[in-house]
Amino acid sequence: MKKLVAASVVIGASLASVAPALAQGGEQFIPVLSYRTGAYAVNGVPFANGGVDYLALLNDRDGGINGVKIGFEECETGYATDKGVECYERLKGKGATGASYVSPLSTGITFALTEKAPGDKIPLLTLGYGRSESRNGAVFPWNFIAMGSYWTGASVAVQHVAKEFGGLDKLKGKKITLVYHDSPYGKEPIPALEALAAKHGFVFKGVPVTHPGVEQKSQWLSIRQDRPDYVLLWGWGVMNGTAIKEAAAVAFPRDKIIGIWWSGAEPDVLPAGDGAKGYKALMLQHGPGQFGVHAEIKKHLIDKGKSLAKDDFGQVLYNRGLINSFIGTEAIRTAMKKYGNKPMTGEQVRWGFENLDITEARIKEAGFEGMMKPLKLSCSDHQGADVARVQQWDGKEWKVISDYYTADRDVLDKLVAEQSAKYAVEKKITPRDCSKPD
Amino acid sequence: MLYRETGQFKTTYSADMAMLPLRQDRIALGALLVFAFVGIPLLAHFAVWPFGNEYLLRAILLPFLILSLAAIGVNILIGYCGQISLGSGAFMAIGAYMAYKFGTGMPEIGLPALPVLPSILLGGVCSAIVGVLFGIPSLRIKGLYLAVATLAAQFFFDWLFLRVKWFTNYAPSGSVSAPELNVFGWVVDEPIERYLFCLAFVVFFAFVAKNLVRGAIGRQWMAIRDMDIAAELMGIRPFFAKLSAFAVSSFMVGVAGALWAFVYLGAWEPLAFSIDRSLQLLFMVIIGGLGSILGSFLGAGFILMVPIFLNVVPSELGVPLSTETISHLEFIIFGSLICFLLIKEPHGFARLVSLAKEKLRLWPFPY
Repeated sequence: MKKLVAASVVIGASLASVAPALAQGGEQFIPVLSYRTGAYAVNGVPFANGGVDYLALLNDRDGGINGVKIGFEECETGYATDKGVECYERLKGKGATGASYVSPLSTGITFALTEKAPGDKIPLLTLGYGRSESRNGAVFPWNFIAMGSYWTGASVAVQHVAKEFGGLDKLKGKKITLVYHDSPYGKEPIPALEALAAKHGFVFKGVPVTHPGVEQKSQWLSIRQDRPDYVLLWGWGVMNGTAIKEAAAVAFPRDKIIGIWWSGAEPDVLPAGDGAKGYKALMLQHGPGQFGVHAEIKKHLIDKGKSLAKDDFGQVLYNRGLINSFIGTEAIRTAMKKYGNKPMTGEQVRWGFENLDITEARIKEAGFEGMMKPLKLSCSDHQGADVARVQQWDGKEWKVISDYYTADRDVLDKLVAEQSAKYAVEKKITPRDCSKPD
Repeated sequence: MLYRETGQFKTTYSADMAMLPLRQDRIALGALLVFAFVGIPLLAHFAVWPFGNEYLLRAILLPFLILSLAAIGVNILIGYCGQISLGSGAFMAIGAYMAYKFGTGMPEIGLPALPVLPSILLGGVCSAIVGVLFGIPSLRIKGLYLAVATLAAQFFFDWLFLRVKWFTNYAPSGSVSAPELNVFGWVVDEPIERYLFCLAFVVFFAFVAKNLVRGAIGRQWMAIRDMDIAAELMGIRPFFAKLSAFAVSSFMVGVAGALWAFVYLGAWEPLAFSIDRSLQLLFMVIIGGLGSILGSFLGAGFILMVPIFLNVVPSELGVPLSTETISHLEFIIFGSLICFLLIKEPHGFARLVSLAKEKLRLWPFPY
């Protein structure tokens, strides 16, 4: 009997704990879906620290966005889709106007939330990940795949490989193998690589690695047998470090491997030690390093002990977290220009994203100079950028080894149109007319 | 005083064999059903705390209902028929992917897109067929060896849905999204509609399961579970009993998988039905109580809600803990709770409930 009473108290308390948090009136709420535990924590922690630090900086230094304080709360997803959906449901209604935008930081969660966001009217900011075809804002009004998709990455990687071989015409007959995380994330670049293989005549082969990616012996042995001319790596979390270690173990030249921008941070190469020397990775425009905004964060947060960042301060993924929050808050700022300085609703923030124009001057003013190029989104283009560079790990730090490449839009735009049209038919969506102002 | 059968006379065999012989039980169940079908929608409609909150409906009640259905399925196989299975996640996946295929049509064999309701049920049927196939080894091997054989199902279907593109309609990323939930013109998209949709499934199949297990077939299952040789000598065919348990169990798990994909997630990849899901379902039936339909609900509630509760409490109380500390605490407390419960009550929550009922009958004058 006592146990029953205790159980009912526990259940009652749990019901009480899910009560709507109405007491946060007047705040612009931004949910932070993060993962600080599990197989992907090595990459999840710096990204979350960067994202949260920029929001905290705006609060601490400017009192929020145009005087509207930012409320934010983290929720641990562990990179699992069902947990991500639970977190989204938990946080979407908080604050004065609900969630302003959500960054799922997982392609799987992005897919699940793409189905829910239109109903809840909450924009999704997927910075350099997510559904590549969501660039087409006419079909995906709520997805913003700002700065680049995996198809962009695939095209840029192929261009760099071609440059090393001496031109795109030299790709003919070459073997390019993709080692990928066997999930929507890792599979995204495949259609683009297949299309590029058809165009340039190289032989493309995909080698999947099962989640979480600590078991890669057989994959790399088959690569040693197959002797591809280049390997592309689409890994995340512990999979990256393991891949580089295994490549070293089978003596596959590390300077013949290019990782996507999610496989090009410090936690990916440090575990492999000297074995990682020569490994290359794409940059989502920015690399590691400290810039104007870092000085501000140091002054306002780190010196006051208000930041969780330690060694990761100024690392690649920390910086990406900063940019993610920068783009999101700039969209809110844009929306406020139209709707006034009060907490924005998801719908208003969506307008802000669609009319986002981050100019050179604004980047400089916010302290992001050197980290990103100007970004302009529109109804028909929810990506806004097609450029990336390549960096190489020299054993101690990342060195930029290339100029900006621009993705091959002849190939990619066709794919975007095809796949988004397919989605529109499947979901019975009538694409918006982007020539009309909304 | 309140909960006793004194004065309730049974004058017919059917009254004696009723599912709930006690009047109080019938009233309680009736009240619970009325509350679930009418009360919660009304409370949600008038936004009475805490039911006005979408979070409760969409992120707690919905997964609770769907996983309860899956747990009932697993409980039939493990709890009633004694066949240990680690492949429940795979059977959920079969339900989900086949429902998706039926729901989007299979032009290769000239099958048009079917409505949602038949799709979900056909997903369950496919899962049942595969369940029978993977149940065949159970005729020869038992216990842990069978668990390993069903584990093979888990890994095989993980592999199948990742690799064979036909199942995902050639989606480039391998992630698929559910078709619109349209049931005879009723579009199930509001949280409360989704809740009612799942509730109807769960209540229907819970009644089916409850009646199966107390009928002839259920008695055969339990005889096989308790001692298969003795059961065989008594004239029970292990072939029929074991495979029917696999079929019924896989069917319910498959329907739950289709609901999980269509109603809860909306878009999914095979990782949603990984080995973790199988283990989660296994823990649900062990914690809830092997061989109890009620236990399936209690176990699903415990395994699903306690982690969420532990995760939400610190931030709601305003305790300044970092996200990682909270989630590590969640693992520690949840793990110790499971150990504690299994030491104190190895037969699960269902046993606690029946103990409570025993005591209630004597209350307030125990002897």
